[in-house]
Amino acid sequence: MTARALINAPKTARKGEVIEIRAMIAHKMETGYRQGPNGQMISRDIISHFVCTYGGVEIFSADLYPAISANPFVSFSTIATESGTIGFAWTDDRGETQTATAEITVS
Amino acid sequence: MFPGLDIMSSSQSLASRRDVLIGVTASLAVFSFPRAAIARPSLEEALRAFTGGQPINDGRVKLDIPPLLENGNAVGVTVDVESPMTPQDHVRRIALFNEKNPQADVAVFHLGPRSGRARVSTRIRLATSQTLVAIAELTDGSFWSSRANVIVTLAACIEDLS
Repeated sequence: MTARALINAPKTARKGEVIEIRAMIAHKMETGYRQGPNGQMISRDIISHFVCTYGGVEIFSADLYPAISANPFVSFSTIATESGTIGFAWTDDRGETQTATAEITVS
Repeated sequence: MFPGLDIMSSSQSLASRRDVLIGVTASLAVFSFPRAAIARPSLEEALRAFTGGQPINDGRVKLDIPPLLENGNAVGVTVDVESPMTPQDHVRRIALFNEKNPQADVAVFHLGPRSGRARVSTRIRLATSQTLVAIAELTDGSFWSSRANVIVTLAACIEDLS
């Protein structure tokens, strides 16, 4: 299953500039605390880990819990060091990972 | 400001009846929500588990969340920590904990010197009106935190689908 991911990061930046990156992915983030119409608990299904890499090096990660809203959104900062690829990876409870990338040009 | 809160303080004589009601409600909860009934750690226990028993200082952390919410399903939260973010002195982790959701953890963010700025935002669920805590771990091993009280009118997490 591939979900839609939205990345908001600047396409260009000056070297040394602090840039803000915003990432969101479509996911229901089922908490495991809700009951379905038949009275059965709906089993937990969430994105539990998020990683951002810049030029292949991890610069930010997050452990997420059921208290994170559906379609998890995270915003954070990094220093624009070099032109290259910013990678994003979301891993769910079953260990399945979905990825997205953004290119940045640093002058 | 919140008239409903007066009821709690003005009904001393009803205390025993209320205790019985609380007891009955609690035992019902045990039977009907087996997963939710597993005792969650209190806010303080969750904080202690995160810090490993280290003292927590007030300050340096700014927790930004609306004080009054109509909908607890998607609440924007921003945590800002005062830090130079140099390789020697930066924020290692920022964590969010809640007081009354079924689970105390909300999120843990791992930062580093390449973050440039110790500021993270996300959107969270709140099951009821409660206290939120943001806590930051710095490179020198110290912990700093900030609290916010939030009033929620429409809860998240524990509603049933029917």
